[in-house]
Parts: sequence; structure tokens; C-alpha cells
Amino acid sequence: MQNALDPHAAIVTEASGGAATLLTTADGQPLARALARSSARARRRAFLLVAPLLLFVVVTFVIPIGQMLHRSMYNAGFADNMPQVSAWFQENPAGTPIDEAAWGALAADLQLAAGNRTIGIVGTRINYDVPGTRSLFTSTGRKARDGFPPPYRDSLIEADAKWDNPTLWRAMRSASSAYTANFYLSSLDRTRDDDGKITTVPERQQVYVMLFKRTLWLSLAITGMTFLLGFPIAHLLATLPMRKSNLLMILVLLPFWTSLLVRTTAWMVLLQQQGVLNDIFVWLGVVGPDGRLQMIYNRTGTIIAMTHILLPFMILPLYSVMRTINPSYVRAARSLGATSWTAFRRVYFPQTLPGLGAGALLVFILAVGYYITPALVGGSTGQLISNMIAMHMTETLNWSMAAALAALLLGGVLVLYWVYDRLVGIDNLKLG
Amino acid sequence: MALPTYASPLERIWHWTYIALCVAIFTFLIAPILVVIPLSFNAEPYFTFTAKMRSFDPDGYSLRWYDTLLTFGMARPDAPRDAAWWADVWANARWINAAKNSVIIGIFSTILATVLGTLAALGLSRPEMPFRRMIMAMLISPMIVPIIITATGMFFFYSSACVDSTTTLGRWLAPVLSNNGCLANTYLGVILAHATLGIPFVIITVTATLIGFDQSLNRAASSLGANPRRVFFKVTMPLILPGVISGALFAFVTSFDEVVAVLFIAGPDQQTIPRQMWNGIREQISPAILAVATLLVVFSILLLTTVELLRRRSERLRGLSPA
Repeated sequence: MQNALDPHAAIVTEASGGAATLLTTADGQPLARALARSSARARRRAFLLVAPLLLFVVVTFVIPIGQMLHRSMYNAGFADNMPQVSAWFQENPAGTPIDEAAWGALAADLQLAAGNRTIGIVGTRINYDVPGTRSLFTSTGRKARDGFPPPYRDSLIEADAKWDNPTLWRAMRSASSAYTANFYLSSLDRTRDDDGKITTVPERQQVYVMLFKRTLWLSLAITGMTFLLGFPIAHLLATLPMRKSNLLMILVLLPFWTSLLVRTTAWMVLLQQQGVLNDIFVWLGVVGPDGRLQMIYNRTGTIIAMTHILLPFMILPLYSVMRTINPSYVRAARSLGATSWTAFRRVYFPQTLPGLGAGALLVFILAVGYYITPALVGGSTGQLISNMIAMHMTETLNWSMAAALAALLLGGVLVLYWVYDRLVGIDNLKLG
Repeated sequence: MALPTYASPLERIWHWTYIALCVAIFTFLIAPILVVIPLSFNAEPYFTFTAKMRSFDPDGYSLRWYDTLLTFGMARPDAPRDAAWWADVWANARWINAAKNSVIIGIFSTILATVLGTLAALGLSRPEMPFRRMIMAMLISPMIVPIIITATGMFFFYSSACVDSTTTLGRWLAPVLSNNGCLANTYLGVILAHATLGIPFVIITVTATLIGFDQSLNRAASSLGANPRRVFFKVTMPLILPGVISGALFAFVTSFDEVVAVLFIAGPDQQTIPRQMWNGIREQISPAILAVATLLVVFSILLLTTVELLRRRSERLRGLSPA
């Protein structure tokens, strides 16, 4: 064990030998090989310490996210439950006229799915692409229990005339293969037209691109606000004597340690129309008793509350960089005739850029994926892309859509994370 | 920060404007947190200071919302407050049950995150660690990846992570899994999820402590004949302990404050305090929420004090700042 701990202790250099003699360890092995072996052992030991956690994170985090990404392009709701018509689509390329064989396969599958009680799943899957078709499947399914008599086309159209719709057949064709990019197309407000070309969806159905843009703009606005509010504070903390700045630092760290929900609730209380801030405004005469400001349940609410919540993430990296800036540079600039503004702009500010970059990137990354605060104070105009993902998960139950939106958001965040790692280094992430 | 004697009048004006600005920003930071405290003692169900409160009339203040925290969900809240009443509180009160769940989940996820995270931080701090940067980036990523994505992924994974309850493994794991043998809607599931979310904080704080760690202390100990275990527990551990404890506190707070993963993967039996708050805020926000908020603020002040004391102790131990 002793040897293993410090192999260098066992190394004996053969001083008596000539220059040509191979250096060996005490037990006669070549030194190079012994060193390589011991460093491999050190690597293995370091890795063994990390391995349990690595395994844990892979199982509880990486695999679930991988599974989610898979779901964003894989939906077997139609293919699994409608085998015959899916097979017909496989055999006949797009553009083949829909013949009686196809109608027969559809009729048989509808009967099968109705019997297996999976007709709802099938209808839901097609409903994602052609809204309003879920009820077509379930109502036809009820009639299909005893099977349809041939000719199948006529009896199906008799059951519901909506079956004779090329858009519906196209949607079924695309759903017949479980792997699909349709959910990604939808996330970008795109769809396939009757010829299979990618087009933009009608204007009143466009939501996602607008939401992505809003998420970007709001995150930028919040990052800008945290910079404007965080810079003076960080500067003050960095230039005050240690004892005073440690005291004031508590005012920054207390919000940081306080529950997110508590802070969001606090802003709801403050910003409500009948809340504390509006009361103060009325009392001061800034607004009339009837003109109380609507500061919450809209975009303003999201920006104010998120700026407050993310402010410490800007202040802490700025502060740690500003602490290291030598004050004599600014003094030198002043003594050489610079005005205080010039000295700040040309000498002080450029030195704060590493902290500013770190803080801004971190705030932006966290803001882009924010969920809780916009959900509680955002109203309808302050919702971000995360809220849409949650809506698809819990309300519309379009999980593939939620997964596709999440995948796009994840891609953006990972790019930013990579940039952060390049520019700042994760090792320099500081918490208080 | 003091103004130099040669400052021009303009600079003096700017200096005081700057101080005023900083005061305003500090107010922005701290006022929202402090304002909930007096409002939680409001005698009326309003979220603003009533006339009675403003005139410091004792009638304007009451503990009724704190009382609600105990009685909400009880079987017989109006019974005389004897031992049976308190037993009812302990067994049925929603907020008490939420607090119990939060503490159980918090403690187990913290232990898991701290043990695994500290070991990994020790490995990551060794210069020989292969793929150090990549692995570090991966272990920190639960903090960076938006929580809604993590929760969505975990929801899919936990609903499909099931063990057949007729197999030996299934019978063995049955107490910690749900009725159908899955991880969803179980304490274990929430604990694993919260441990994952807490791990980045443990890694960051412990590696930060290890940066100033003098490896020659370990060598000295082993050259004096201590075996690796003894070296770890007698030399390394006491020195990095402040970092480990602050990491553990961070992990605990992360779990204690986490709501999205709970919303997605927990069942009705695993309602935590944040989950209960979330319900309260979304449905009908009542000042009872402010009472909880006040208790949580007091809790976070205690935590912050502990972490600050630990940080100073750690810096002193490692000789980074004078005693």
C-alpha cells in the first residue's frame, strides 16, 4: 500500500552507472514503465472516485433527457395500433391513389383499434396534425365494432363523410411511420401542405416562433436590467472595506437563499392592483385611486420579478472580478489628466468585462429556461417557452410536441453553456 | 469609497447620486422579502397594510394565518386544543404533512448528493483525472438545463422505469415503488430527482474548497504511516468539511425549494411545502401563504448565517484570510 501511495519514493537513480545505463526502480523495472504504470493507476483512482456519481447522473438525468429527445421524433400512436393501413402506406409510395385495398385496411384497423380500445390514441395522434379529427376516429370506432361491409370506401364514407379528405390521408401516411420530424416542424410554426412541401402555418395559428422570440427578448431585457442594477452594487461592494462590504453582501445573499416561491409571492403581494406598491403610489398622488397600475400578470410582472430573482447571479461574478482590479490604475489615469468618466470608461470598465460576461451569460441561460415565475406572475403576455412545454405536458397532453419544444430549448441552452465553459470555465462558477 | 479631497462639485453630486442609487437597489433587493413578514400578521384577509396596521393598533394584527397553517386539513379543527387535537394536527394538517415530506425528501436527497458529490469532487480535483472538463460539465449540467426539461425527461423515465412486482427484485423493491412497481409517484423517485438537482451545488462548493487544499498534507500523513482511509478521515475531511457542509446545505435548500419536479413526478402522497404553496398561489392566494413565506424567510436567514460562518472558518483554516 505504501508503495502504491507514492511510487516515487521507491525510485532509485543509478548515479554510478554511465549515461547509457537505463534508469530503473529499486526492483529493477525501467523507470519510464514504472512511471507510466503509476500514473495510469492514479488516473484510474481519480476516475473511480467520480464513477459512482457519473453513473448516478447518467441514470437519473442523461438517460431521461435522451428518452425525451427520442420521444420528440418518435410517436408510434398510429403505427402500432393501425398495422394494416400502415403497411399499405409502406408498400405504396406517396401519390398512389387510395384504392379499395387501402379502404379495406383502414376499415379493418378501425375495427381492431376500437376492439382494443386504442382508437382514442390513434385519433389523438392524427389530431396533432389535422385538428378536429379525434372525434372522427372515436365516432367511427363506435360504429366499427361489428366491422364494415365491403365496398369499404362507400361504407366508411357513409359512416362519416370526413373520411374522403386527402389532407386526412396525408396525415395518416405521415403518422404511419413512427419516426417523424413533424413535431419539430410544428415547433417552428411550419407544416406540410398537400404536396408535402414545407410551408408556414396560417398566421392565427402561429404561436411557437413568437414565443421563442419573446423568450429571447425578455431574457435579454432581464439580463440588461440585472446588469444596470447589479453593476453599481458590485462596484460598491468591491470598493468598500471588507468589513462593511461583508455586511452589505448579506443583503445580496439573503434573496439568493430565500425560496423562489417566497420571492415570487412577495412580488405578487407588492405589485397587485390592491397591493402595497399601488397603495404607496396612490398615497403619493402619482396615480389616482382609479388609475392603479397593472404591474403584474403581464410582461412587466415577469421582468420585475425575474430581474429580482436573477440579480445575485449577476452581482456575485461581477463582484469577484472587481475585487481583483487594482485601484491604482484608475488613479494613474486620473493623474494623467483623464476625467473620472474617461477613467471609468477606458480603464475601469474594460477590466470588469470578464465578470460581466460571466454574469450576463449565466443570467441569460437561467432566464431562457425559467418556468415558475412566469407561470405565476406572467399572465398571458409574460409566458415563456417553458410555460408552453408545461402546458403541452399537463393540459393538451401532446407529449411529443412538448418534447420537441424542449429539445429546441435544450439545444439553445447547451450552446450557451458551451460558450460559458469556453469563456468563463465551469470551475469559476461561484455560489456566494 | 470615500471621495478624494480634490473632487469637483460635479463629482460630489455624482458621488451622492451613486450612493442614493445603491440604496435604492438594495431596497429593491431586500424590501420584497421583508414586506411579507408584517403582512403575514394581518388580521384581515388582504395583502396590503390596513389602516389599523398603519396606526399600529394591536387589533390590526393577529396570528390567525399561522393558526390556519395548523388547522387546514384537520379532521376536527374546532375541538378543544388538548393532546388529541395536537395528534390530529400531526396526522392530518396539510402544511404539517407537507413539512414532514419536505424534510424527509430533503434529508435523504442531501445525503445522497453530498456523499456522491464529495467523492466526485475529490476525484475531479486530482490533476490526473481523465476527461476532467467534459465530466465536470456533465455533472454541473442539472443546474444549467431548464428545470422544465429535466422534469419532463424524468416524468417519461419514471413512468417507464418499472419492475415487475412478481419477480424477486420486484418483491424486494416493492416498499419503495408505487403500486404498479414504477418510480413515478414515490418518495424514492422524488429523492433521486432532488439529489440530481443538488449535486452541482455540492461539486461546486467542494471543488472550490479543494482548490486551496495543500496536497503535501496528505503526503505527510501517509509518509508518517497513515493508511489512505486514515489520511482521508483525519487530514482531508476536517479541512474540506466546511465546504462539504455548505454544499450539503445548498443541496438541502435546492430540494426544499423545488416544485417543478415534484409537480411532474410526485403523487398526492408526496406533497411538499413548495408544492402546497404552488397550489395555494395558483388557486386562491390567502395570507396563509405569507405566514409560510415568513417562516421560510426565517429559515433562510438561519441557513445564510450558517453558510457565512462556515465560509469564514474554511478561509481561516486554509489560511486565505487572517483570523
